[in-house]
Amino acid sequence: MRILEGEGVTKYFGGLSAVADVDFTVEEGEVLGLIGPNGAGKTTLFNLISAALVPKPGIIKFKGQNITGMKPYKICRLGIARTFQTVKIFANMPVSNNVLVGSRFGASQRMSPAEADKTTAELLEFVGLSNVSNIPAKDLTLANQKRLEVARALATKPELLLLDELMAGLNQTEVTQAMELLKQIRGEGITVIMIEHVMKAIMNVCDRIIVLHHGQKIAEGTPQEIATSKTVIEVYLGEQTHA
Amino acid sequence: MDISGINTKKFITPGIIVLVLALLFALPLYVNLYTVVLITSILMYVVLTVSWTIFSGSTGYLSLAPAAFFGIGIYTSAILGGQMPIIIVVILGGLISFCVAALVGSLTLRLKGIYFAMFTLGLVELIKHSLLWYEIKFTGTRGRFVILIDNETIYLIMLGIFVVLLITAYLIKRSKYGLALQSIGEQEEAAAHSGVNVTLLKVVTFGISAFFMGAAGAIMATRWTYIDPMIAFNVFFSFMPVLMAIFGGMGQLYGPILGATAFAYLEELLLTKFPYYYMLIFGIIMVVAILYLPQGISGLIQKLWRRMPGGKSANT
Repeated sequence: MRILEGEGVTKYFGGLSAVADVDFTVEEGEVLGLIGPNGAGKTTLFNLISAALVPKPGIIKFKGQNITGMKPYKICRLGIARTFQTVKIFANMPVSNNVLVGSRFGASQRMSPAEADKTTAELLEFVGLSNVSNIPAKDLTLANQKRLEVARALATKPELLLLDELMAGLNQTEVTQAMELLKQIRGEGITVIMIEHVMKAIMNVCDRIIVLHHGQKIAEGTPQEIATSKTVIEVYLGEQTHA
Repeated sequence: MDISGINTKKFITPGIIVLVLALLFALPLYVNLYTVVLITSILMYVVLTVSWTIFSGSTGYLSLAPAAFFGIGIYTSAILGGQMPIIIVVILGGLISFCVAALVGSLTLRLKGIYFAMFTLGLVELIKHSLLWYEIKFTGTRGRFVILIDNETIYLIMLGIFVVLLITAYLIKRSKYGLALQSIGEQEEAAAHSGVNVTLLKVVTFGISAFFMGAAGAIMATRWTYIDPMIAFNVFFSFMPVLMAIFGGMGQLYGPILGATAFAYLEELLLTKFPYYYMLIFGIIMVVAILYLPQGISGLIQKLWRRMPGGKSANT
């Protein structure tokens, strides 16, 4: 079943098209990778799906329902959660309260305070932050702040999770741990779209990959197809190897 | 033994609060009129400061609009005073302020940082001068006389407003909306993407904070006999709550209460004892407070509390 589809999704910043006429579909339960050089429009596409921005023109449908133009909080309650490329945690609040905001406000079905507390505790356990739940979020390492964002997003009980560069800035061990976490999230039956530059992670975890370049979709396919695609190697992987 | 200890601790704070409130309500019976009047004006500052903190303290939106809502309350009282019971006038003053705040808030709460602060300051000036123009053009006079009420009634109504405000502030802080307001102050975008209806929450909270400012204005007007737009919409009432909240510290609910009480009493003391150096001393105290007490008085108290033996466990 298609969980998310976009038709002709476009966004201009002034005269520059950040995302130009992109069509995409996401199947329920899959992990979709979104790659492309810097400035390709990946984060803009995330902002369009999560309603931080409104496509003009273009339509985005979630489970068949047109969600274009809805407010971010509504999108979240419908079941789309996200993390941010530059972490946006509630820095001076305790780690547990960061997650609590998600479980008290984001879930489509209202949770009682006790249920929300339980969900929060479970998720902190899930991402491995139980032992630091009372310290201010700003005192966490970057890797843990990213895990905290994942926990907060999961607290809203999403069906679709958007992960924006979960692994950027992490060391080898942390990347391996993050990949492990991703596999667990997928095990929960949550559909994932991830933006990532860490190729090892993309190739390992994703079922399908979409490549963006200058705001346009230039390729789409399994990791194997993308890795061998000539266009992709030219515009993206090619540049990477020379750099 | 341990259990009884926990139980007494649990009842100590509410017990003290109830006792203090009972004493305050009975105050006119055992002190002279001067003290009643003094405590009324202290309460007025406390109400302005605590209601300012409800919105600006947690969300970080620096509102300089208290004078606007306070003034709306004053004018409600000047226009309607004598035509209906004072308690209705006070509630109406609050409701009109709520409506104006909700309207203005829904238009301007997308402004961030300094832009919002400047807009709210402009709002005070806008209302002041529009009203002045209206009064001179249509009523032909600049000011208005306000129906007088005895000082004890003013005191009791102000105390009533304070109690309702305290309960409201406590309930907001404890509820999930307190958590959401805090998250807006920390990272508004992330709050919105975590399911918080940020616009509605900001507008309603801004309105609630304005309600109490308006109510305070409506009752204070009855003490001043004569008012005009310059008196009613004095930006002094915008800056005082901010200074008092900083002085008291915004981390705890009692911070703004302590700050406003200390500041208002200090003002009275300096004004009567050192009329010429009043502003100078005031300024020095403010500078020292900002430099050395970044968390305000309540921050200092918590620091001392933690240093006391056994204080740490009591604090949590």
